[in-house]
Amino acid sequence: MTTTQTAMEGVAGKALPVVVGKSDTKPTWCPGCGDYGVVAAVERALKTLAIPSHEVFIVSGIGCSSNLPHFLSSYGFHSIHGRALPVASGAKLANHALTVIATGGDGDGYGIGGGHFIHSMRRNLDITYIVMNNEIYGLTTGQASPTSEMGHKTKSTPLGVIERPINPIALALAAGATYVSRGFSGDVKHLGDLIANGIKHRGFSLVDVLSPCVTYNKINTFDYFRQRLYKLEGSAHDPSNLVSAFEKAQEWGPKIPIGLFYQTDRPTYEELEPALRNGPLVQQPGGLRGKEHLLDEFV
Amino acid sequence: MTSFPDLGIRVGGAAGDGIATLGESFARLFTRNGYHAYGHTAYQSVIRGGHVWFHARGSAERAWSLGDGIDILYAYNEQTAEIHAPFLRKGGVLVHDPEKFKFPADRMPAGTRLVPVPALEMSRKYASDPILSGSAGMGAITFLAGFPFETLVGILKDNFGTKKQEILDQNLGTAEAGYKYVKERERPVERAFSPNRGAEKLLITGNQAIAMGAAAAGCQFLAQYPMTPASTVMHWMADHASSLGIVVKQAEDELAAINMAIGASHAGVRAMTATSGGGFSLMVEALGMAGMTETPLVVVNSQRTGPSTGLPTKTEQGDLDLMLGAGQGDFPRAILAPGDVSEAYHSTMEAFRLAEDWQTPVLLASDFGLSENFQSADRSDFPMDFVPPHLYAQAPPTTPGGFRRYMHTPSGVSPRAFPGQKGFNFVAGSDEHDEFGHLISDVKVGVPPAIEERRHMMEKRMRKLDGMRNAMKAPDLEGPANAQLTIVAWGSTAGAVRDALRELNSDGSKVNFLHISRVYPVKSIEVAKALVHTPKTLLVEANYTAKLGGLIRKETGIDLPNRLLKYDGEPFHPAEIVERARGVLAAGGH
Repeated sequence: MTTTQTAMEGVAGKALPVVVGKSDTKPTWCPGCGDYGVVAAVERALKTLAIPSHEVFIVSGIGCSSNLPHFLSSYGFHSIHGRALPVASGAKLANHALTVIATGGDGDGYGIGGGHFIHSMRRNLDITYIVMNNEIYGLTTGQASPTSEMGHKTKSTPLGVIERPINPIALALAAGATYVSRGFSGDVKHLGDLIANGIKHRGFSLVDVLSPCVTYNKINTFDYFRQRLYKLEGSAHDPSNLVSAFEKAQEWGPKIPIGLFYQTDRPTYEELEPALRNGPLVQQPGGLRGKEHLLDEFV
Repeated sequence: MTSFPDLGIRVGGAAGDGIATLGESFARLFTRNGYHAYGHTAYQSVIRGGHVWFHARGSAERAWSLGDGIDILYAYNEQTAEIHAPFLRKGGVLVHDPEKFKFPADRMPAGTRLVPVPALEMSRKYASDPILSGSAGMGAITFLAGFPFETLVGILKDNFGTKKQEILDQNLGTAEAGYKYVKERERPVERAFSPNRGAEKLLITGNQAIAMGAAAAGCQFLAQYPMTPASTVMHWMADHASSLGIVVKQAEDELAAINMAIGASHAGVRAMTATSGGGFSLMVEALGMAGMTETPLVVVNSQRTGPSTGLPTKTEQGDLDLMLGAGQGDFPRAILAPGDVSEAYHSTMEAFRLAEDWQTPVLLASDFGLSENFQSADRSDFPMDFVPPHLYAQAPPTTPGGFRRYMHTPSGVSPRAFPGQKGFNFVAGSDEHDEFGHLISDVKVGVPPAIEERRHMMEKRMRKLDGMRNAMKAPDLEGPANAQLTIVAWGSTAGAVRDALRELNSDGSKVNFLHISRVYPVKSIEVAKALVHTPKTLLVEANYTAKLGGLIRKETGIDLPNRLLKYDGEPFHPAEIVERARGVLAAGGH
């Protein structure tokens, strides 16, 4: 931190919590929404890691779940539908000292933002991406989402969905994500640990969260998941084994695994980017003063 | 048609023949001998084959456009000769290799001649690759244009300097053979130049000037997806990114590119993206987000011939309405449209200044003609004395009750803070929000305090449009003050207009030029003043519906009935503007 910023401490006239807590804005989600568990888990993770609130930047897209940044006391950016990851990526490249978290829903991340999802994973910027996956479009009052199961009757599919749902875990493994996990918003402690470990992980972390929509998805409910979920941590699965991770990613039925599917160590994009070798871009000077030699190439 | 030394060298062949390298080298013959130059590149959306050509114009006066005539035509194939030989000026030559094709003398325009050069034969002495034969042609043309062989030696050394010595030697040997062969048999063309007119000039494209201008303005982040004719902005940036400390991110698509730039700008660095119309269309939604979140952003839109994929390698000014209207709802924006390489550099710097001062997106409208063509320039056209203030080190002012990122102010501009700065945490949103950034779009919307807040927020943002209008310079009126005719144009069309103006005023006519290089917000009063004080007007635009004319009518109520509109993808030639202007001058009425 520069001396200017140290001098600015507290001058905004309102004491901010040192670490991220709840903001003054109360969540506007439906009573019982799974996303309450997610915001609680994010808060819990950030408190565990004790990251100063001004160094946390949470970027979201559009949808019910994308309101999340408003409910926490960090810096935030509530962007447009599907674009949380590119906005987060630009911010991370501009200031890689920040803890950058991207959040959104399954429609936002796996539907309209699907292209960014794949490329962000192979890029391996040190960003944690939390997808609140409720297998439905909630804010638009209940249409099929990219993760809605075959046969699911929604307002847009009154006879049932006739295309296979995306498998975000398998997709993330194939795209090269270096931390691939799935949590459940009904288990805040476990989810908080997954998020904290994702933030600690150096590289792109996916935390796909089964986060039931209590209003528009009457199939994938809290009870539905409680009957099926088991934790990978207690199983024989080795999260360093990509083949085993792919196998676990295919499990969806009577038994659904949550926990860490895969983690590996690979250089991050910001480590490989030469322009960042002297530290965060925001700290570097710009401009061309004294660089008149650049004109020589045009002679 | 010009009264001053002016020489056109055109080379044409198939893609893969190395035509662009040859053409650029011809343009450098001029600039290295101190002449002004313009290099027009005409290629197709193919990597091999087809018909490509490059026109290098040299001039003792500023070469604003590719001009009107050919004095030396270097035809790699018969098709090139057939298409371009009719435009040879008196005293001109057609250079060709008889081994490739023979061209009947009776198909040459009067007063021109054929110059056969056995280029392939000369090159075979050194290597079997036919690409080498181009150097023989270059040698021949160096002599025909009136330049010493030494100028070409310097150019070839720079062209092949990074390759093996053997490659350079082969090219130098072939070039010398071509030069000597023609010197022994031919005389230079009638309009040949004298060498060493003055200090050597620079030769630079609009995109290179834009990229360099961005870097000079302090841009540290470029996210872009490749698209002709904007890609070379990224190429210059990428070449210098490591040494200048600029992050150049080739994004997965234009949606990512602009959103990355917004993220970077929001976090505290100056950021830009560049694209053409198709990519810009994809960026439209995010442009509105930059407006709503009040994030400074520079977007280069290098226009090409539309609609849709259109003619990817041809020019047009067809995106003005798109740029004016891009994004749902109202938010402030500025559109700048530089007319030449020097303006491209300065306009880009101005775009960054406007974006930063008014915290809103600024569009830099280029087009194929400006972006990809070469123009001569002087070092003084690209001053590098600006020291961009360090954004992240700046402390926002204190505000009671928490940080008001969107504080209501008389100018509409509110204090910025960046993630990482302690004590200013806020959430920016694409939803409507209050001064703190809190949403007023869901549980508060439609409730009286939120209705009032919405109105105040719109007015706050839109005040910045008036502020920008006041801060921006009025358009330049070039040429005599009291004219019989005022030509109106924007962007790179300025080049052919300026060439035409010189010609039109050489016979005593009084024609001037209202160059709208700052397109939006319109300086309505100044534009209206310039147009009501002139007896006649002529609007020159490269689109079908006279988009600038429409904007001027909307903003000033003034109709510009005389129009020269072009939408065939080809550049304006000065002669067609001269002809139309003379027609307007001769006709009655307005």
